[in-house]
Amino acid sequence: MSIARAEVAHLAELSRLALGEEELDHFAAQLDQIISAVARVQEVAADQIPPTTHAVPVTNVFRDDVEWPCLGPGQALSQAPAVEQQRFRVPRILAED
Amino acid sequence: MSVRTAADMVPFEVAVARYDPVIGLETHVELGTVTKMFCGCPNQFGGEPNSLVCPVCLGLPGSLPVINRAAIEYTIRIGLALNCSIASWCRFARKNYFYPDMPKNYQISQYDEPLCTDGWLDVTVHDTPDGQPRAVRVEIERVHLEEDTGKSMHMGGDGRIHGADYSLVDYNRAGIPLVEIVTKPVTGTGELAPAAARAYVAELRDLLRTLGVSDVRMEEGSLRADVNTSLMPKGATEFGIRTETKNVNSLRSVERAVRYEIERQAAVLDAGGRVVQETRHFQESTGTTSAGRSKEEAQDYRYFPEPDLVPLAPPADWVEDIRAQLPELPSARQARLQAEWGLSDKDMSALHNAGALDLVAETVAAGASPTDARKWWLGELARTANDSGTDLAGLPITPADVARVSALADSGALTDRLARQVIEGVLAGEGTPDEVVASRGLAVVSDDAALAAAVDEAIAAAPEVAEKIRGGKVAAAGALVGAVMKATQGKADASRVKQLILDRLGPA
Amino acid sequence: MDSDLTRLTAAELSAAMAAGEVSAVEVTDAHLARIAAVDDRLHAFLHVAADRARAVARRVDDRRSAGDVLGPLAGVPLALKDVFTTTDMPTSCASRILDGWQPPYDATVTQRLRQAGVVILGKSNMDEFAMGSSTENSAFGPSHNPWDLSRVPGGSSGGSAAAVAGFEVPLGIGTDTGGSIRQPAAVCGIVGVKPTYGGSSRYGLVAFASSLDTPGPLARTVLDAALLHEAISGHDPCDSTSVDAPVPPVAAAARQADVSGLRIGVIPELSGDGIQPGVLARFTEAVELLESLGAKVVEVSCPHFTYALPAYYLIAPSECSSNLARFDGMRYGLRVGDDGTRSAEEVMSLTRAEGFGAEVKRRIMLGTYALSSGYYDAYYGKAQQVRTLITRDFEAAFEQVDVLVSPTTPTTAFPIGERADDPIAMYVADLCTIPANLAGNAALSVPCGLAPEDGLPVGLQIMAPVLADDRCYRVAAAVEAALDSRRGGPLLAGAHGLDTGDPS
Repeated sequence: MSIARAEVAHLAELSRLALGEEELDHFAAQLDQIISAVARVQEVAADQIPPTTHAVPVTNVFRDDVEWPCLGPGQALSQAPAVEQQRFRVPRILAED
Repeated sequence: MSVRTAADMVPFEVAVARYDPVIGLETHVELGTVTKMFCGCPNQFGGEPNSLVCPVCLGLPGSLPVINRAAIEYTIRIGLALNCSIASWCRFARKNYFYPDMPKNYQISQYDEPLCTDGWLDVTVHDTPDGQPRAVRVEIERVHLEEDTGKSMHMGGDGRIHGADYSLVDYNRAGIPLVEIVTKPVTGTGELAPAAARAYVAELRDLLRTLGVSDVRMEEGSLRADVNTSLMPKGATEFGIRTETKNVNSLRSVERAVRYEIERQAAVLDAGGRVVQETRHFQESTGTTSAGRSKEEAQDYRYFPEPDLVPLAPPADWVEDIRAQLPELPSARQARLQAEWGLSDKDMSALHNAGALDLVAETVAAGASPTDARKWWLGELARTANDSGTDLAGLPITPADVARVSALADSGALTDRLARQVIEGVLAGEGTPDEVVASRGLAVVSDDAALAAAVDEAIAAAPEVAEKIRGGKVAAAGALVGAVMKATQGKADASRVKQLILDRLGPA
Repeated sequence: MDSDLTRLTAAELSAAMAAGEVSAVEVTDAHLARIAAVDDRLHAFLHVAADRARAVARRVDDRRSAGDVLGPLAGVPLALKDVFTTTDMPTSCASRILDGWQPPYDATVTQRLRQAGVVILGKSNMDEFAMGSSTENSAFGPSHNPWDLSRVPGGSSGGSAAAVAGFEVPLGIGTDTGGSIRQPAAVCGIVGVKPTYGGSSRYGLVAFASSLDTPGPLARTVLDAALLHEAISGHDPCDSTSVDAPVPPVAAAARQADVSGLRIGVIPELSGDGIQPGVLARFTEAVELLESLGAKVVEVSCPHFTYALPAYYLIAPSECSSNLARFDGMRYGLRVGDDGTRSAEEVMSLTRAEGFGAEVKRRIMLGTYALSSGYYDAYYGKAQQVRTLITRDFEAAFEQVDVLVSPTTPTTAFPIGERADDPIAMYVADLCTIPANLAGNAALSVPCGLAPEDGLPVGLQIMAPVLADDRCYRVAAAVEAALDSRRGGPLLAGAHGLDTGDPS
């Protein structure tokens, strides 16, 4: 087994996914299979090989320090689930202690 | 949250006798670029909530960051001023965690490839018991760039995040370029640790201001400091467990936070306990620190190189250009001024401690002599500031004003006494020195015609003295001069008066 | 008359409009009528903007009457994959978490299409957040293959492929991260192109895997694809990864169609095990055809290609786990469970659990795993090294040949539901397409016949070096011309999935 169910539960928590017990069982089995399959990359001896993060090697792409038009608050907030005092209203940030 | 009792703390002097404090500082600096780090929204403080935002800094689906060249330049400037090595190739990385003030739920930052590394800042602690300044070299681990987060208002409780029912988020600040400067652990400061921490932040602030990269206002959040403190038993070689204290919003708080942590940790260690590695929160009102959420400790940020940005490879000639254009740094400037003014280290420390250095320098630049400038700022003005409970910089008088008064006194247009009255007038809001002189009529009178009457009167009123002077006793003129001064309410030019008297009464 | 218009290519429609034979409004109306007639069976569209489209078409006609010089695609209808932001149409990415989201800005691709005078008829269906090979991961139901409605149209750009193959539009825009344009094109019998990475801007393309996502064209002919390729490509200062170089001359190459003297490499690692016999047969014939047209064919081994699939299924989920973190119910989209007592963390978790489908959840967790401290080096780090090796395989291969070929995907269109519960079986559809995503070079799929065992389309994949996209078009055009001539007409004339006796 490449990954235990408890670890999958932890991954779900880290990823902010509230999974049900059955869902967790289902995903745990599938992730176990997938991780075994992708672990094949470890067969490749690549000690001196540099990793690629960009397909095309370019450096130093910048923009000038010049203003561009902003969205108005109306547009910024128009799709917000909850708005108060022209701000995004979000649930309490801390969990109850 | 338990309240610490006196029994939970070890007095500072005792603590530093038993333990060697080790301090470290992480400062965040909001750069004063025109636009944000990755988008063209204005980089401004204040502003209507959510009015300085665009798809990029709001992290809307599909948006992409583009690096602000000025932010890179400013960061290189900072790195060079701190004697760092500038990376020839480095990348941004994503720091992943969920938090409502972060629109993408990751922050674009730098991880294992910071733009600047391995520098130092030589700091002088002026506020020492013996008045002799102490030099401390603070080594810099790294300087890197990241983006700032939005700001939350916590509602329903007392305004703090604990006990809040919900929060309101404003993303104007999201995406503002933030430079993080991390020191290596600073050892060997002993009882000066709190002052050294403060001095580092103060000197760093001066440096950043001189570089023109930020307005570094701690009260506005454009300069934020987190302080790390740990204790080693005297003679030990291994560092102790350190705590990180956040919410340190002023220079004074930096000093108080370190001092408090030293006392608190000493008590823990004295009792045989272990210091908990944690993030603590500085409480401004009590000068104490309290434990933060321990959950923060277990964060795995899953850093990986930012795929939406290409690597940064600052060309050597660009870096050298920036180096060539560095302004005179504060330490160099201070050394130069000290030499120019011929002052001892102790004298310079006195200026520092009084917060008078820049004021004196500006007064000298406006034409006064260093001696006069120091005399006024450290004498009369320091007294006034003290009495009214403000600092020198807060007094309603400018270096230009002081230089003007000094010039008037030098030229003889004012006596010392009159000059002090002019200063009083300016402080009282009566106007510029010249306006005060005019409105209060404080000018020294040297006009012969104006003085003639008073001189004649004084001679007439003291015939015996006049005889003595006619007889060659020049020294007796003093009494007559005094009389004229009294008659003119001290405005007469004493030396001119004396001359007039001698002219009238002296040998033909 | 209407159905004739929907059978024309974009190039033919453009010529007809330029010649004044038909108006843009008539063209748009004909295609809207086709959509109305068949989309309930194809389900290619998530949103059709009929009034908007007519207004745009009318403006094209007005400009043409006023004597303006219009581009080659002005007035031509198009289906835009619902992963691109549009200010006048919702953008859902086929996900409940963005259901009804109205972006306040247009993607650069959207802007360029508008500037070209293209008439965007609507947003096309896709696998949720571009994760999948069948559109079965769409939160709003799968699309259907016009060749056989019980089969998938491929994915993730399955909606665009079905719309083009079903004659609802002559042009489609998709995105290709692991094969999501080429594979649907292959199983639907049309042309699909993954340009060089960075050739088209990703600004406004809702990110799945940032270092792999590539916008690209789908069309029924190689020339149409080339015209669309040129319309959407070019440097964009809003995308730091966009290529700052001239767009390769793909339309000219599509008209050239000459392969004499060209060196063509066949990759043994992609043409053996796991390929459906009929697919292999049609592929082999296509290679022989190219030889008969004057190309020189050799075998070129790319030994690390066997690691491409596992490397991709580490890199893409890793990037997506981070890219999709922003969908948390705080600023836009779905919010679940905010009853005034729950914490932000709880609301985020409930929102994401309800808003995301199974495949998205799987990839997010997989990505979170691969990036975790302790696992990073063995998984994500290793995969990025494999990526370097694959790039080197390509570079070495392109020293020996001008283009590389393979079947586009191992099988023909599979039945809806066949692989829905088997992620790994689904992933294998990307076997041949993934290497070009990892290395970033250009790749194209062109139809090369029907598999004898099921009568379903087979695609030939042509790969070229970075920024040599034109070579793909040149070879594809030659194959297309030769096969069309052999067949006596386009492949799609044989697509009967939608035949019901209904005249439209």
